[in-house]
Amino acid sequence: MTTSSPSMVHVKTTINGQAHELLVPPYMSLLDTLRELIGLTGTKEGCLDGNCGACTVSVDGRIVDSCLVLGAEVDGKEVDTVEGMASAEGLHPLQQAFLEEAALQCGICTPGFLVAAKGLLDNEPSPSEGRIRHWLAGNLCRCTGYDKIIRAVQKASS
Amino acid sequence: MVATFEPKTDYKVIGTRPIRHDGYDKVTGRAIFGGDLTLPGLIWGVCVRSPHAHANIKSIDTSAAEAMDGVFAIVTAADMPEAPDKLVDLGEGNVNFKWASNKLMAADKVVYRGHPVAAVAAVDRYTAEEAARKVVVEYEVLKAVTNVTDALAPGAPIVLPDLVGDDLGEDVINTNMAEHVRHEFGDVEGAMASATHTIEREYNMQMVHQGYIEPHNATAVWDEEDRIKIWTSTQGAFAARTQIAGILQVDVSKVKVTPLEIGGGFGGKIPVYFEPIAAILSRKSRRPVKMVMERVAIFETTGPTPGGRMIIKLGADSNGKLLAATADIWFEAGANPGSVIGPAAMCVFSPYEIQNTRIDGWDVVVNKPKTAAYRAPGSPQVAFAMESAVEELCEEAGWDSMQFRIDNVSREGTRRGDGVLFSKIGMEEVLEAAKNSDHWNAPLGDPPPGRKRGRGMASGYWFNIGLKSSVNLAVNSDGTVTLVEGSPDIGGTRVAMAMHVAEVLGIGAHDVRPSVVDTELVGYTDVTGGSRTTYATGYACWIAANELVDELKKRVAILWDVNEGDIDFSDGIFSSKAESEKTIGFKELAGKLADLGGPATSTGSVDLESAGDGFGLHIVDIDIDTETGKTDVVRYTAIQDVGTAIHPSYVEGQLQGGAVQGIGWALNEEYYMEEDGSMANSSFLDYRMPTSLDLPPIDTILVEVPNPLHPYGVRGVGETPICPPIPAVANAIANAIGTRLYNTPMNAGSIMEALS
Repeated sequence: MTTSSPSMVHVKTTINGQAHELLVPPYMSLLDTLRELIGLTGTKEGCLDGNCGACTVSVDGRIVDSCLVLGAEVDGKEVDTVEGMASAEGLHPLQQAFLEEAALQCGICTPGFLVAAKGLLDNEPSPSEGRIRHWLAGNLCRCTGYDKIIRAVQKASS
Repeated sequence: MVATFEPKTDYKVIGTRPIRHDGYDKVTGRAIFGGDLTLPGLIWGVCVRSPHAHANIKSIDTSAAEAMDGVFAIVTAADMPEAPDKLVDLGEGNVNFKWASNKLMAADKVVYRGHPVAAVAAVDRYTAEEAARKVVVEYEVLKAVTNVTDALAPGAPIVLPDLVGDDLGEDVINTNMAEHVRHEFGDVEGAMASATHTIEREYNMQMVHQGYIEPHNATAVWDEEDRIKIWTSTQGAFAARTQIAGILQVDVSKVKVTPLEIGGGFGGKIPVYFEPIAAILSRKSRRPVKMVMERVAIFETTGPTPGGRMIIKLGADSNGKLLAATADIWFEAGANPGSVIGPAAMCVFSPYEIQNTRIDGWDVVVNKPKTAAYRAPGSPQVAFAMESAVEELCEEAGWDSMQFRIDNVSREGTRRGDGVLFSKIGMEEVLEAAKNSDHWNAPLGDPPPGRKRGRGMASGYWFNIGLKSSVNLAVNSDGTVTLVEGSPDIGGTRVAMAMHVAEVLGIGAHDVRPSVVDTELVGYTDVTGGSRTTYATGYACWIAANELVDELKKRVAILWDVNEGDIDFSDGIFSSKAESEKTIGFKELAGKLADLGGPATSTGSVDLESAGDGFGLHIVDIDIDTETGKTDVVRYTAIQDVGTAIHPSYVEGQLQGGAVQGIGWALNEEYYMEEDGSMANSSFLDYRMPTSLDLPPIDTILVEVPNPLHPYGVRGVGETPICPPIPAVANAIANAIGTRLYNTPMNAGSIMEALS
């Protein structure tokens, strides 16, 4: 940071189950905090104005566009990203379903969709197709036309 | 002599649906896209952009920015080498280095809003943005022209004073008309005069954007040897190298481009925007420089696809046979010459056999970003015009438009509007499949209260390109094969390449490990675009795999002490012609190669004419809310001749994705331009691409008419599906409300106007 930058904010947060203690510039987004300070680049930048969902992460179990949240705001909170979805046992069922159903083409929107879909299935294990389409309407995909994404979420939910 | 192949059906790997090799990294967040790269000592670059669409630059003062802590370099057009006025082929489209350089960084005049006038490199992105805001530029604002009609009107502001237009071979100066082309066959006037049924209509469309989710990005190192290393998200590392070397005026061998994972492109990531600027910032700062484009700039300054004006005239006899057709097409080039009037002319009449045709196209310069390829560039526009006109002609004459399409269908030997004769094509089979489809035969059903329902269909066409590809193969001792290719994987092509190799070698798709590499690790490969990758790079894979089989026969010959001509190979097993019980499998042989002459490798390179013409037809049912004018797509079916589907899931995905981009184009998307040449809706919120909530499932019917020009019958697939949706939606709207719309987008406002 440049010498003229305002003071850093001291942030203690849990990311994908691991405790982190950080000094975050007060103007830095959670997206850049994850990508630039911690190196978790699985969360993607798409628009930086909260309209594409590529940067979707979960904060205390609630999905947010991390470009619209400041890094300083996650002090004391739990952040979950796409890097935390798979476990030692293997892929999350959503990740496996996305692979089997060919629910990604370029893959840039995939982390955001996976985190958003997990946010749905964690609370509603068997959503209807309409419910899935409604829930995921904050995530843009330009390659697939959504058909195979919806099928993958349905597959992971059953 | 072009090789031709007989269709086969007894495939082991082709037609199956293995998980894509790169998928694991992409669902776990490990895949490294262009924006994810970091290097030791990396700093960030940001452009200073013009707030005006058309202005002379009076002065640029960078002193305040230079004085900031953390700023390492500032560049302007004065730092850019003078690039020659030279046209170079990029595979899909051309680049003129002078225009490309001018687009990257304005010298004395800005010609579109957001045009870079300087760039700043600083310790981090926030500091660079702050420094960019401190660069003071004084402008003399000029009147902007933002559509083809205004640009061609007498007294229009001239966007490029030194442009010399080409009007059917005649030079024109002081003009915004860059080029006028014509294709004419037969006796158009005579045939039109003899027609019993004619129709002439004008259609207008707005500029639209590819809308890829990943921002443009580039990271550059200009090293002490004057070698330039670039990491970027590009549809073609070699095309990027050609452009970067041309704009920077260095030899191509001085530039190494590493294509990182790419987050969508659809044609828009063939041109370079940041790469040469990042390189010059790196030269000046002696540090790695990374740039990532903000979304407003992606809309305002990259390469959308043209809007424009089209007039179609059709003439048919009393039996519903098309006799003559004319098309007049004016497309926006953007602020430099080179829109897609050529491809538009090739595509406009292609689903039909018409003996007498004339096509005139005009390339018109306006104060908007220079257009680039967007999925079947030029074809969706002319499909909207042609397929709307066909449907209206049939409505007026009382003809069944499905039968009309069948009666006038183009087939092998039909002459395309630009004179080329079709080889084996599948439009007839597509129509047959459409006519027999569940969707076409299902009753339309009743809409919910307050809504009107309609059904529409339309055809679409893209010619698909072949061009150059190179691959390398190497056998590993465990019986797997590494596959090295130069085609950036934008939608699942690594797995399709691996399947080509696996089919030849008789091994599994996952026994082949594909990698996309930089420009120094594989031979020249053209862009992932033009629907060419599975066709051309797949063809190169097939050649390399067959060469590998020949090489391995030599090793078996050593093993058995026989002549290599005495060895057969089938389904992964080498066998002796003399003693049929004497066999060795591919995997077992791989483990013995160390003692049988050492490593076994092969290469494949191709330069192909065409990836086989692609035809499709889409059917759509819509509901229109008569209170609000909102259109809901309630059922959708995309039917297409795909040649042979190597991996059917990703072929279906191309049809679905193309259909949905077309639906967005039809109903919502547009560059909404203000008088001053700024774009009023330059965010995803306001541009409003389709979301999951806007759509029903997109059903697909894959018609497989094998392409004789590919060993497995592959035909280009990805672009055709964006052509039918716009006219299909237009025809459905006309069917629902009884009024036809001639302009895009066909949004709620236009529909309310039509209903009142």
